[in-house]
Amino acid sequence: MAGSAFKDGIAPGRLEPTQYAANFADLHPPLARHEALVEADRCYFCYDAPCMNACPTSIDIPMFIRQIATDNPMGAAETIFSQNILGGMCARVCPTETLCEEACVREEAEGKPVKIGQLQRYATDIAMEAGRQFFTRAEPTGKRIAVVGAGPAGLACAHRLAVKGHEVVVYDARPKAGGLNEYGIASYKTVDGFARAEVDYVTAIGGIAIELGQRLGESFSLDDLRARYDAVFLGIGLGGVNALKAEGEDAEGVRDAVDFIAELRQADDLSDVAVGRRVVVIGGGMTAIDAAVQAKLLGAEDLTICYRRGKQEMNASQFEQDLAASKGVTIRHWLSPRRVLTQGGKVVGLELEYMQLVDGRLTGLGHTMTIPCDQVFKAIGQTFEPRSAEGLALVGGRIETDGQGRTSREGIWAGGDCIVGGDDLTVTAVAQGRDAAESIHRFLAAAS
Amino acid sequence: MADLTTHFVGIKSPNPFWLASAPPTDKAYNVERAFKAGWGGVVWKTLGEEGPPVVNVNGPRYGAIWGADRRLLGLNNIELITDRALQQNLREIKEVKMKWPDRALVVSIMVPCEEESWKAILPLVEETGADGIELNFGCPHGMSERGMGSAVGQVPEYVEMVVRWCKQYTRMPVITKLTPNITDIRKPARAAKAGGTDAVSLINTINSITAVNLDTFAPEPSIDGKGTHGGYCGPAVKPIALSMVSEIARDPETFGLPISGIGGITTWRDAAEFMALGSGTVQVCTAAMTYGFKIVEEMATGLSNWMDEKGYAGVDDFVGRAVRNVTDWQYLNLNYVTKARIDQDLCIKCGRCHIACEDTSHQAIRKEKDGKRFFEVMDDECVGCNLCVNVCPVDDCITMVPVAPGLVDERTGRVVSADYANWTTHPNNPMAKAAEPAE
Repeated sequence: MAGSAFKDGIAPGRLEPTQYAANFADLHPPLARHEALVEADRCYFCYDAPCMNACPTSIDIPMFIRQIATDNPMGAAETIFSQNILGGMCARVCPTETLCEEACVREEAEGKPVKIGQLQRYATDIAMEAGRQFFTRAEPTGKRIAVVGAGPAGLACAHRLAVKGHEVVVYDARPKAGGLNEYGIASYKTVDGFARAEVDYVTAIGGIAIELGQRLGESFSLDDLRARYDAVFLGIGLGGVNALKAEGEDAEGVRDAVDFIAELRQADDLSDVAVGRRVVVIGGGMTAIDAAVQAKLLGAEDLTICYRRGKQEMNASQFEQDLAASKGVTIRHWLSPRRVLTQGGKVVGLELEYMQLVDGRLTGLGHTMTIPCDQVFKAIGQTFEPRSAEGLALVGGRIETDGQGRTSREGIWAGGDCIVGGDDLTVTAVAQGRDAAESIHRFLAAAS
Repeated sequence: MADLTTHFVGIKSPNPFWLASAPPTDKAYNVERAFKAGWGGVVWKTLGEEGPPVVNVNGPRYGAIWGADRRLLGLNNIELITDRALQQNLREIKEVKMKWPDRALVVSIMVPCEEESWKAILPLVEETGADGIELNFGCPHGMSERGMGSAVGQVPEYVEMVVRWCKQYTRMPVITKLTPNITDIRKPARAAKAGGTDAVSLINTINSITAVNLDTFAPEPSIDGKGTHGGYCGPAVKPIALSMVSEIARDPETFGLPISGIGGITTWRDAAEFMALGSGTVQVCTAAMTYGFKIVEEMATGLSNWMDEKGYAGVDDFVGRAVRNVTDWQYLNLNYVTKARIDQDLCIKCGRCHIACEDTSHQAIRKEKDGKRFFEVMDDECVGCNLCVNVCPVDDCITMVPVAPGLVDERTGRVVSADYANWTTHPNNPMAKAAEPAE
């Protein structure tokens, strides 16, 4: 056992050095050619396929699987990328069990959908490893567009604009491009620097310049951009994190789950990432699962996810819940945090209240319980920071757009998590970015 | 338990499953393994005349096509008849027959189309104690270029002539194996019968190129950059074989002639179908070459259980029972009307029935109901063609349901008649005549 395995408090190096690589290996190792061909043979090539309709980017799934089955993975990759240039990442991180694979008719037929995500990864990996580019840029239009945010929405938008012949400058506040793909997804879903490689693949088409360390509202304003560019796309995600509204949440040891995940994703050496011995994660979504599982894999001894509602209401899919359970994470429902217990300013426990639905309303029962812990992660949702969207109409705290991604200001589009209808999915962000690019292109063509 | 024993042209075997003359029956080693596994009989791989042994290619002999999951559907080969010395084969045949007296052991023969050649080899084979001979008039590759195999089988006069020689020079039962590489299988069958054959076996393999290598632009299997047609067999040829067997079984001239059915038999069900069309025994090769000899267990138990279920005590109770139901198109009942029915509980909503019907047939399957994905047959458009049944991935999900006489066919608006009426009496037929029953 490593030195700090039984150390109370928050400490790095809880595992043997050799164990980190095994714990953070690829969650779904890629399909070998034989596996891909066997799996591809299972596809029925449905008419008006339910899987395709379930895909936010409407990838022609039966077609790309047929292309794989006929040993044409490059054709398959082109089919995928023509709808979703981040098809490689989506193949890894999409909750396919609630999208395409849930809709697969084989799910209804035998409870075993075609492994669409894995097949998509097979084809896109082959093309990306070969450096094969499927798109060429149209004649230069002379138009320049600013994209704010180099996450999935921004990259998808930038790529489609570049294809159309426009010049794109992508700004991002962080030191690396990729957005949540780089900073916010569990590491075992996207190993070997894939997020970085994907950014390179997307920008290889040309016409896309990326400016890092540039934050909207600090480095420039929306008005600046609108004045300097022919159009602006905002894919700025959600900058804020919801508060627990529990007493003592400022204590040392209470942390935003997204920060923890980002630190972990950026760590050169995972043994440097500190984690508690007993950890509680508050929340019921993918971020909660990603934080909990990774904390467990870093060597936390006890890991409990507490969610204030029931299993059915959890945003994390069944697959994600099962994954957490398989890694030794305990998921508890109907518990809402009330008080962070501290000793010397440090977390020593969390007091939670039992909850239930009374007349359809979530209601505290007045009874509490305490979980001893030395670290608490908050994963109860993120919020849009409206100060960066000066002058844009908001609804429910997010940017309002129409069906094409147009905001209330002419010449400014938005997509991804920052808009109303953004649903915390990479694939949805890609669809919105791509569709906004088409709208921008139409707008610029009409203007010239 | 049903009795699977067969008596075929005087040859008894404990079950109707014989291995066809092919690589699996080239040596005592293989044949004994087959008998241990439970095969009822074998047709020993074709012997040629005395002399320097036949030479085979030293590169690939087989090509194939596959279905989903690389299931082998069709196999072709360019292997010739046995390339082992005649005397060695004869010695082994004799030993095996002595050791396995209850199994059928038939010897396939192919020698030049000359009386002396046949006259010379027949006593040698007879001396082994083999139960019978099969005349290889079928192999379409290699030997046919030398005037043997299908080169004989394609000329009915030669077939009759050689059969006559064989009947003259041996007491053994003669089974004439026919090539499918002809236009009318009844012609060589009639010729074989005229020559006095005891039975026919069919089909031999079909001329085929299984694939073209798109790197070398050579047919598969290719030998040093060149290829030649091979003989095609396996599940893919079964429908062709069934049809040819039925043609001989129902031809008035060959009616009652014993048939050993061959062609893609893979399961007990395939075997039962060949037998229902008049085959007294069946011969298997590709299935054994794909899965090994053990498959005969599935075949024997499957056939036996089916016979028990149907109340058939022995194979004679059902051999040939389907022959009377094979007829000419002109005698099919045009007053028989069916409509496709989709079982909504079984439907998985893949939509293949819809798109097949919509794109390529009669636009008779709607794709939604109340705004939801839902596949349903429109009786006023459905011609009852069965395409949807065939493309549906779920067993029994779509079935063809007859429209009862007295009801209206919504497509034609006509009341379905209970009377049998075929093309020969149809008003649209300029050659129409008075009604007569089907043959």
